[in-house]
Amino acid sequence: MTDLSNLYQDIILDHYKTKHHSGLREPYQVEVTHVNPSCGDELVLRLNCSGDQIVDVSYEALGCSISQASTSILTDLVIGGSVSYFLELNEGFRVMLEGHGTIELDEDTYGDAIAFNGVAQFPARVKCAMLGWAALKDAVIREQAKGEGSD
Amino acid sequence: MLDVEKIRGDFPILDRVIGESKLAYLDSANTSQKPRQMVAAVEDHYLHHNANVSRAMHTLGAEATEAFEQARAKVARFIGAQPNEIIFTKNSSEALNLAAYTLGSRLGPDDEVVVSVAEHHSNIVPWQMACERTGATLRWFDVTDEGYFDMDKARDEALINERTKVISVTAMSNVLGIGAPLKQIVAWAPQTAVVIADGAQLVPHQPVNVADLGVDLLTFTGHKMLGPTGIGVLWGKSEVLQSLPPFLGGGEMIEIVKMTGSTYAQPPHRFEAGTPPIAQAVGLGAAVDYLSQIGMDAIADHDHQIIAYALERLREVPGLRILGPTSGDRGSVIAFTLADIHPHDVMQVLDSHGVAVRGGHHCARPLHERLGIQASVRMSAYLYTTKSEIDALIDGLLDTLRFFGASTILGASTPGVPS
Repeated sequence: MTDLSNLYQDIILDHYKTKHHSGLREPYQVEVTHVNPSCGDELVLRLNCSGDQIVDVSYEALGCSISQASTSILTDLVIGGSVSYFLELNEGFRVMLEGHGTIELDEDTYGDAIAFNGVAQFPARVKCAMLGWAALKDAVIREQAKGEGSD
Repeated sequence: MLDVEKIRGDFPILDRVIGESKLAYLDSANTSQKPRQMVAAVEDHYLHHNANVSRAMHTLGAEATEAFEQARAKVARFIGAQPNEIIFTKNSSEALNLAAYTLGSRLGPDDEVVVSVAEHHSNIVPWQMACERTGATLRWFDVTDEGYFDMDKARDEALINERTKVISVTAMSNVLGIGAPLKQIVAWAPQTAVVIADGAQLVPHQPVNVADLGVDLLTFTGHKMLGPTGIGVLWGKSEVLQSLPPFLGGGEMIEIVKMTGSTYAQPPHRFEAGTPPIAQAVGLGAAVDYLSQIGMDAIADHDHQIIAYALERLREVPGLRILGPTSGDRGSVIAFTLADIHPHDVMQVLDSHGVAVRGGHHCARPLHERLGIQASVRMSAYLYTTKSEIDALIDGLLDTLRFFGASTILGASTPGVPS
């Protein structure tokens, strides 16, 4: 049972029950759909940005507590920040999750996302924790590609 | 009555402790556990009789060939068939792909292929691919809200008609615990149609005689019936197999190869290109011996008792919805949802209790969509399953409700959740 409370920390359960920034909103530049084919989790995510600034991230998700909480915490961290800051956070989050519990996130930078430190010990759930992050990264890449196309 | 304790002695893995709990393995529909006798047969083959089959003419080659063909004969006997009607494949999926590819060669734009919304993806996607290649139309049986094949709707839609060339349906759904009404479907099928039953969840659990099933082709897999992974079976009526073109080309499946063209071996070898899964066949033969020795009637009775007990006890869990019929004659799986708690989360809490179940859509996404849900939790039983393992499941589910604050998720008035 100690293992289980490592995975499901209160922060995660709180975000699962009360998702932040949930729901699809206008305006947006990019909409992406990401799924976890093994469990069928589905996420539609919209990115509204202005230059390097992330103005809004809105989403509609069907999924487990880990994927839902992770997306909720992600929006807290990145809305109002820069795209490059998100990409930096994303890289650190991914490296931690794939580190099998050897790497810990820094609380000052990652806030509530440090609750996912425990998920790294459950390799089967890493994909759940990454769902929203991977979707936002995909949205950012698509938006950047548009910019390059019009240059 | 099975001597379950004696049987469990043949499966050392069932004594595993997961965390601090005794393992309760309720995921046999995903893959079954393996008895020592099967593992010993594979070991003995590799250590004492290993050689390639058919083409190796020396003594070991003859022994390996004999062992491989013996296994084919055992599998044939197990389902009341002839050895030359048994094709070894990699798994059920490959067996269904073989059927879809070879039958697909006969399909054209005016033809129809019929499956059901309750199928495993491996009995949907190969037919979608065959229809894309040939221009044939894919149609499907719906199910009722309770999970039964909706035969009235099928009749109203003239689902089965003179254009129907293939009907491929599950003999036992891996989610609903019931199968297609095969007899009725065979009766509806036009003479020219080939009827296929996906037996992956039926053959391991009930006595099967292909003559009684009445279908033309039957598929199943070794690893769900105490055998190794890497071996599946396509059974077909001789005259149907005779009429089919080859699937994969290569060694063993030919008669004469010339640079200008080749002729092909008779079934079953026509459909077994390359070195086959030899040790796996030997292992499957040993698994079939093990099952036959215990008796498929006794195994079916045991599964039935365990499932009836589980259905009764699951009623005690608030917020639990069972997919498929909640009583009556059911197969060896029970899929369900628990309040608003995601199946992955349920699976995780159960795992912390040592209870192994599957959470997800079980490769049956269209069925879940039809039932208005995204995913489910599935428990499954087999000859080694005990009532105390079902008790562990129930305790785990009640704990899951507590853990995720079911009072919030279910609404304030959740009767019967002990705190």
